[in-house]
Amino acid sequence: MAKMIIKGGRLIDPLNKIDKKADVLINEGRVERVEDRVNAKNAEVIDASGMVVCPGLVDMHVHLREPGREDEETIQTGCKAAIAGGITSIACMPNTQPVNDHESVCSSIIEKAAEVGLADVYPIGAISKGLEGKSLSEMAHLAEAGAVAFSDDGKTVMDSNLLRRAFEYANSLGKPLIVHCEDENLSDAGQINESYISTVLGLKGIPAEAEEFIIARDISLAKLSGARVHIAHVSTSGSVSLIREAKKHDLPVTAEVTPHHLFLDEEMLTDYDTNLKVNPPLRSKKDTEALVKGLRDGTIDAIATDHAPHAAFEKEKEFIYAPFGMVGLETMLPLCITNLDMNLSTLIEKLTVNPAKILDIKAGNLSQGSRADILIFNNNAKVEVDSSNFFSMSKNTPYNGMKLKGKIESVIKKGKVVFKEGKFVE
Amino acid sequence: MSKSLLLNEEQLDRALTRISHEILERNSGAKNIVLIGLQSRGVFLAKRLASKIINIEKIEVPVGSLDIGLYRDDISTGGAKELKKTEIGFDITDKSVVLVDDVLFTGRTIRAAMDALIDYGRPSQVQLAVLVDRGHRELPIRPDYIGKNIPTSLAQKVEVKLKEENNEDSVYLGEDA
Amino acid sequence: MPLETKHLLAIKNLSSQDINTILETADSLQEVSTRDIKKVPTLRGRTIVNLFLEPSTRTRTSFELAAKRLSADTVGISKSSSAVIKGESLKDTAKTLGAYNVDAVVIRHPAPGAAAYLADYMDASIINAGDGAHEHPTQALLDLFTANQHLGSLKGKKIAIIGDIYHSRVARSNILAFSKMGAKVLVVGPPGLIPKEVEKMGAQVSYDFDEVIPEVDIIYMLRIQLERQQQNLFLSVREYVKRYGLNSKRLARAKDCVVVMHPGPMNRGIEISAEVADMAKNLVTDQVSSGVAVRMAVLYLLVGGVSGLG
Repeated sequence: MAKMIIKGGRLIDPLNKIDKKADVLINEGRVERVEDRVNAKNAEVIDASGMVVCPGLVDMHVHLREPGREDEETIQTGCKAAIAGGITSIACMPNTQPVNDHESVCSSIIEKAAEVGLADVYPIGAISKGLEGKSLSEMAHLAEAGAVAFSDDGKTVMDSNLLRRAFEYANSLGKPLIVHCEDENLSDAGQINESYISTVLGLKGIPAEAEEFIIARDISLAKLSGARVHIAHVSTSGSVSLIREAKKHDLPVTAEVTPHHLFLDEEMLTDYDTNLKVNPPLRSKKDTEALVKGLRDGTIDAIATDHAPHAAFEKEKEFIYAPFGMVGLETMLPLCITNLDMNLSTLIEKLTVNPAKILDIKAGNLSQGSRADILIFNNNAKVEVDSSNFFSMSKNTPYNGMKLKGKIESVIKKGKVVFKEGKFVE
Repeated sequence: MSKSLLLNEEQLDRALTRISHEILERNSGAKNIVLIGLQSRGVFLAKRLASKIINIEKIEVPVGSLDIGLYRDDISTGGAKELKKTEIGFDITDKSVVLVDDVLFTGRTIRAAMDALIDYGRPSQVQLAVLVDRGHRELPIRPDYIGKNIPTSLAQKVEVKLKEENNEDSVYLGEDA
Repeated sequence: MPLETKHLLAIKNLSSQDINTILETADSLQEVSTRDIKKVPTLRGRTIVNLFLEPSTRTRTSFELAAKRLSADTVGISKSSSAVIKGESLKDTAKTLGAYNVDAVVIRHPAPGAAAYLADYMDASIINAGDGAHEHPTQALLDLFTANQHLGSLKGKKIAIIGDIYHSRVARSNILAFSKMGAKVLVVGPPGLIPKEVEKMGAQVSYDFDEVIPEVDIIYMLRIQLERQQQNLFLSVREYVKRYGLNSKRLARAKDCVVVMHPGPMNRGIEISAEVADMAKNLVTDQVSSGVAVRMAVLYLLVGGVSGLG
């Protein structure tokens, strides 16, 4: 494989604390050198002047619908969407049909993803069989087949004792648990955040406490078991405080937030747009401010999409009948660049090395010898979201037509340009 | 916009007095008569005619009001218009109903009024009294009592002002169609 | 004069001016129902669909009579008689009705926002006849109309709405409607049945019926849906009746001129005692007859104006 030099860009590699103008030399699909100026014979040169060069992004919370709902997303389309969004590694949730609670499902996902050969796909195994919260899945088998973490995805394991066993067992396997925190009794089939907005719209509310209560429980279980716990899609101000407090006590707790919980709030829900129906629900403006603060001060480690593709006919239902979730792979980076008043290097950290560390995967940095998964983007170029151009099969986004900043120029996977100027390179 | 006075207060009152006499003469008294004014100025005129009839005949003639909004033939093109009250607090069957309106123009309002009337009962006859007949009929309708005939062009506008709502009694002809 | 809106989806987005226009028009139209021939030709040739995907007798009958008295053709679709039971989506129902070129659709649906949803997919005027716990605007309009007739101006008057506010579209529409007309609104019920931050809608909250009853001009009793009891939200019936039921003893502590309203059907012996149900102060039958006039006004103003075909 030929050599490649990415020249003249602003290189951001948070793991190695680099944020400066530098060149990258790639050889045999791996990063060979990062220096102020690199020259090499017979190397393909990519001019990145005026661009940002960083590790390919890592999205630790994605729903690929394969197996089961290939009309909504397949591993192939999901990987394409990821790459188009600058994401070269994704972790996919186990709520497929069948559920990823068995090594055969896990292996087939990894094999399919390898066949597609775009983004790296890291399956997350189920905590409980069938995501039913009743008995534990065979975690060791799953781990051996490649599961990087365990989660019951959109469901909370309400049985605290069962979850304690899961924590302890996952810990013995060296894998983290990713928890969706929602007390299902308290949320009581709620549809949106419980507040004035839910009252006015006549929709059942999900109180912030439904999330905070379970986060508090799961932090306690992390303490009890010593296991690593990762809180998925934190959405409330109270949750941020709980996690901040846990981190103060050096508990093994990490957390992620989605772009929609950062940048959208419940006040946008006035006309029952089902694209804004997500779980956890969009919260108040005050909550979004606390989330940004938590992201800044390190309470929240990562940004993840919770990319949840749904068929148009499913989202075109009455609000209470529509499923939760929105797609996010192709809009995450520009949304963050446009809306987050944050040091770019810190932002990239939340999108690369931090999620990679949580999942313990080899991605998200440009260290010497690491795999050359690289994103080149223009920090200032304007883009307009057009869902009809999405590579994802599903178009359930509330951002359509929105004008944003931050354009993906090229994506390099294992040293090869796979995506350039909006198109996949054959 | 120029406008000229067609009837002043005195002339208007005189016209109504004459119409009252004509109504009584034509119907051989006031016994079987009811007056129904079309909303809104027709109602004021009907009440004035009734009080004149009391003075002349010492008989109180029932007065009702009719809004023809629900019977208009231009609802689909003209849109919904404000509705005023219809109050006919008496039986009109076998009565001589005198419809009262301020200006007779195309005749469509009177058509609608007659349709409405039929829904309330079966009068022995229906007569029509108008303060001004300005011509341009689009339907075969002819008034029985006329305050004043005023030949007009379609571009002109007849403006009736009554004390009940305008502080003056007068009829003007304007050019503003 | 026609309304600023093409649809009637919620009191929330209805201007006070439109509310007054509807009430004034209803006042003129009430007379039609008192005639021998209770029919005017106004909406001849117009088609109105009553799409009732949730059980309803009163509202449906009321809309049907209103449409018929205006000479519109009506088609009734209920859940059991519709393709909905075969799994048809509301979008397809909308497109199908649209293809018939109907002029208006009156919709009752269990999902909040369903009326607005239909409006997105159809050219016809959409009239919300109750969408989940969201709103029931014609109920609020007929309540305003009835209250107006008995009390005159509602400015400064106090209305207490008692019962399950949380699940009630009638409560939501009435809180907004009575506030817009300048009345003071109190909502009264057990804590579990008062929705969060309802104060921001313009209502004061009380959990104590006895405390508020002497100061109100209108007592508005909501129907208690007994099936809610199973959801642990609700007190036992005995407990509820003790604190929130309206009986003559409780009513005796109210102002002499107080009026009692109820959207019907009443649960005699539960939220309202049989005795109070039959009192002259109870305007429930006036509400029913006002309902036809108000719905005629809404149909006249929305459908009479612009043809759905145009």
